[in-house]
Amino acid sequence: MERPLTKHIRPDREPLSLQEYERVGGYQAVRKALQELSPEAVVALVKDSNLRGRGGAGFNTGLKWSFVPMGPDVPRPKYLVANADEMEPGTFKDRMLLEGNPHQLIEGMIVASYAIGADISYVFLRWAYKKAAQGIVRAIQEAYAAGYLGQNILGSGFSLEMHLHTGVGRYMCGEETALLNALEGKRAMPRAKPPFPQVSGLYGKPTIVNNVETLCCLPHIVNNGPEWFKGLSRTQDAGTKIYGVSGKVKRPGAWELPMGVTIRELVEEYAGGMLDGYKFKGALPGGASTDFLVEQHLDTPMDYTSIAAAGSRMGTGTMIILDDQTCPVGFVHNLQHFFAQESCGFCTPCREGLPWVEKVLLSIDRGEGRPEDMNILDFHTKYLGPGNTFCALAPGAMEPLQSALKYFREDFERHIHDHQCPWK
Amino acid sequence: MNNNKTEEQMLTTEEIAQIEHEISLVPQKKAACIEALKVVQQHRGWVSDESLKDTATMLGMSAEELDSVATFYNLIFRQPVGRHVILLCDSISCWVMGYEQIRDHLMQKLQIKYGETTPDGRFTLLPNVCLGTCDRAPALMIDDHLYQNVTIEELDGILHHHR
Repeated sequence: MERPLTKHIRPDREPLSLQEYERVGGYQAVRKALQELSPEAVVALVKDSNLRGRGGAGFNTGLKWSFVPMGPDVPRPKYLVANADEMEPGTFKDRMLLEGNPHQLIEGMIVASYAIGADISYVFLRWAYKKAAQGIVRAIQEAYAAGYLGQNILGSGFSLEMHLHTGVGRYMCGEETALLNALEGKRAMPRAKPPFPQVSGLYGKPTIVNNVETLCCLPHIVNNGPEWFKGLSRTQDAGTKIYGVSGKVKRPGAWELPMGVTIRELVEEYAGGMLDGYKFKGALPGGASTDFLVEQHLDTPMDYTSIAAAGSRMGTGTMIILDDQTCPVGFVHNLQHFFAQESCGFCTPCREGLPWVEKVLLSIDRGEGRPEDMNILDFHTKYLGPGNTFCALAPGAMEPLQSALKYFREDFERHIHDHQCPWK
Repeated sequence: MNNNKTEEQMLTTEEIAQIEHEISLVPQKKAACIEALKVVQQHRGWVSDESLKDTATMLGMSAEELDSVATFYNLIFRQPVGRHVILLCDSISCWVMGYEQIRDHLMQKLQIKYGETTPDGRFTLLPNVCLGTCDRAPALMIDDHLYQNVTIEELDGILHHHR
């Protein structure tokens, strides 16, 4: 089994130095792209590879790039931003790539910047990733010293600056337009789209924001070609994927595996099955803002298309398990507390609706719920759903709620009927 | 608010130099504001009204505008904190793995609630969103140190490292 993104990452995640990275083929993709391929050819290659964004949305990366204005008369500077603000609850995949092999990310960023003609690039890193920050700072210095960054890289005429920005903590920063506001030193509020960042992004200039894992795929696609990349997957969605499992399993962790391994394989094989005495009840397949899947979905392949067909989203691909001894109402209350706290407060349904949902769930969890509370929860899943809010935060928050109301409705009703939590 | 500035409250030459450096790296002065707040907090542990005003002046912003940014982010402190800040992850994987017991033990041991500082000024306890280490839950950070798979038995030892 090929693991292109993680095979050189050490178990203790001590980052590869420039020399170590070059020794295993590092920066060959930069040489190939900058010296042999046109930017258009790199975009075409990535489009053909069917690489889809690993941050959660799953949009075709090459297609996203193709909206960036190209040619001599376009606004400059253009920007490329690596979204390393991993803050989706239950998600810990980018941390591995950031800590273990920062040069791979930098190489991917150079390739992406070349493809879209970016002049300046940023790594937007979350504050909590201290070890990653040290590794990235050193790797950027090494890449400058070796001539992979700076003016006229490898004599190609292409120049690129790179900087590290560490955020000061807010979930909204993961949303790409809010991230750009944060980079500009503003509150991380989302912007209206259109205009899309590809046309008017950072400081109003054309900008691409890509997830860390997405960017780390790029050197391998350039080196080995789109067909190879598609061949890594078991299903129609290309490549490998870094999957994770957390919760009451024997061996929680993250692993790079072929796209399309099933939920059952992840839980039973890679995570070693449930802890003794615990049973699988459900899972959020890709972070806090994805719909629950349950036992009947265990054999669903973990790829964008199949998980969507099962009624959820692949999201970040890092799964959180709900076991039979954990209260689903308490579980969803914890999620809604997070979303209510992290709402930026700009639009009314999100600012007012999420705290209401949180309060209702808390009262149900305490045995103080009323039968009509179920209606309140039901209508929020519609009024805070897609199309009714300014950005995707509240609709994302409603995904685990609406699916919990569907699959675990009896558990909610028992709380209300018995005036207590059956798990306490 | 105290209007008599003391030397202790004014930005130091070092802070000013660091903020000016941050300003030199960005196309608009204001864009350095988060970095500037970080500089102040790094030196003082938190951002007082006085430091906020001085920093705003350097950035060509009103104090209110800078405060709107400072108060938006979870990790810019606008109140004094202890020598060490405990950030306890309260997100979903840590909740499933029983972070609430860690929280209760910390509150009991330190005799403080969330947002409070021990009387000796040693620890401030804050809840924090997902720390991105969900396979090793429950997790907490004290200053720059990450602790994973934390158990109640280990807590006293962990606290002992931070005097």
